[in-house]
Amino acid sequence: MVVIEDIWKELEEVKDPEIPVLSIVDLGIVSSVQLDSTRIVVQIIPTYTSCPAMNVIKNEITKLLSEIGEVEVKIVLSPKWTSDLITEKGKKILKEYGISPPNSDFNQEVECPRCNSKDTFLVSNFGSTACKAHYKCKQCLEPFDYFKCHK
Amino acid sequence: MQTENIYQYILRIADDSFILGHRLSEWCGHGPILEEDIALTNFALDFIGQANILYDYCAELKKNVTNADEIAFLRKEIEYKNLILVELPNGDFAQTMLRQYLFDCFRIHFFDMLSNSSDDFLQAFAQKALLETKYHYKHSSEWILRLGIGTSLSNEKMQNALNYVMKYSNELFFMDEVDQDLISQNIGVDLAIIQTIWEKEVVAHLTKANLKIPSEKNTFYVGRKGKHSEFFGYILTDVQYMQRTYPNMQW
Repeated sequence: MVVIEDIWKELEEVKDPEIPVLSIVDLGIVSSVQLDSTRIVVQIIPTYTSCPAMNVIKNEITKLLSEIGEVEVKIVLSPKWTSDLITEKGKKILKEYGISPPNSDFNQEVECPRCNSKDTFLVSNFGSTACKAHYKCKQCLEPFDYFKCHK
Repeated sequence: MQTENIYQYILRIADDSFILGHRLSEWCGHGPILEEDIALTNFALDFIGQANILYDYCAELKKNVTNADEIAFLRKEIEYKNLILVELPNGDFAQTMLRQYLFDCFRIHFFDMLSNSSDDFLQAFAQKALLETKYHYKHSSEWILRLGIGTSLSNEKMQNALNYVMKYSNELFFMDEVDQDLISQNIGVDLAIIQTIWEKEVVAHLTKANLKIPSEKNTFYVGRKGKHSEFFGYILTDVQYMQRTYPNMQW
């Protein structure tokens, strides 16, 4: 007997292809899971309108869950994704991976994920992916990615 | 009729994003510095992403249309409803940023108001797109200041760009019976309200950047009717090439 908690647990196996350590559950893009006897409906919300990873994620979920039952994955625009939906666990994983996790407001100082210094500066608001900005630490001099505050 | 008006309305937003996204993508590999190359292609990605979502929805609205690709790549010139402003050539960096600033300043207010639309799709879309538009606006408005008050050369380049681009800005506020119908149902946005806010903000910002506002303005409104500049055919040749050469091809 499959219960909804099992599905959520399975979904933690699906990672964001652009941040391969972070699960889509911790990224906060799984907005709902419905289980109706053997039929599973998963709704996911894009981080940015342009997120090119959505179709890959959709295929991954379908592949993984089709072993359990019939699967439908819907990409929906509502509820709106914001960076506040990233879980505390997700933020910890991001930091360990070398990406500074998003602050909860735009005015907070960005922390270096390597030496924890807040003495950092913005190099560019546009980085290697739509969701990241490019920063540099003035203390340890390392450049790093910052997961942008998006809300 | 109702569906047709919503379709046309969404198509206008989508075509603006699609064509501007294409123009910005032309900067890929040509940015003045690496960070700016990445920024401009990030912008392009956002705009193409917006167009993708909107064309998908348009395809759902029309029974005789198969998918977003068909709308994006297989229409005739007169069926594209974008503004002339977004199809203008990139020119130099000053011209690209100036066009971007004028458009971002419009879009930020447009999406803000559209976030209260009574149409569920448009409301959700606008709320989402507004977030990335804020980042665009911040970036382009900072460049206007930086270059406007930078050196005499950067100021001169910005002034030339402004003299060329500004006269195309009137079209941003064009409204016809499609707009009126959707405004009356609280679906669409009254662009006259945005025009007042936009003009005030743009004039203040450009003045702060030591730029003189040109008085010359175009009075034609053709983009929304499917009439385009001499530049548009070349854009279509580029973006439609793959679908026309290999019909129904997919990545």
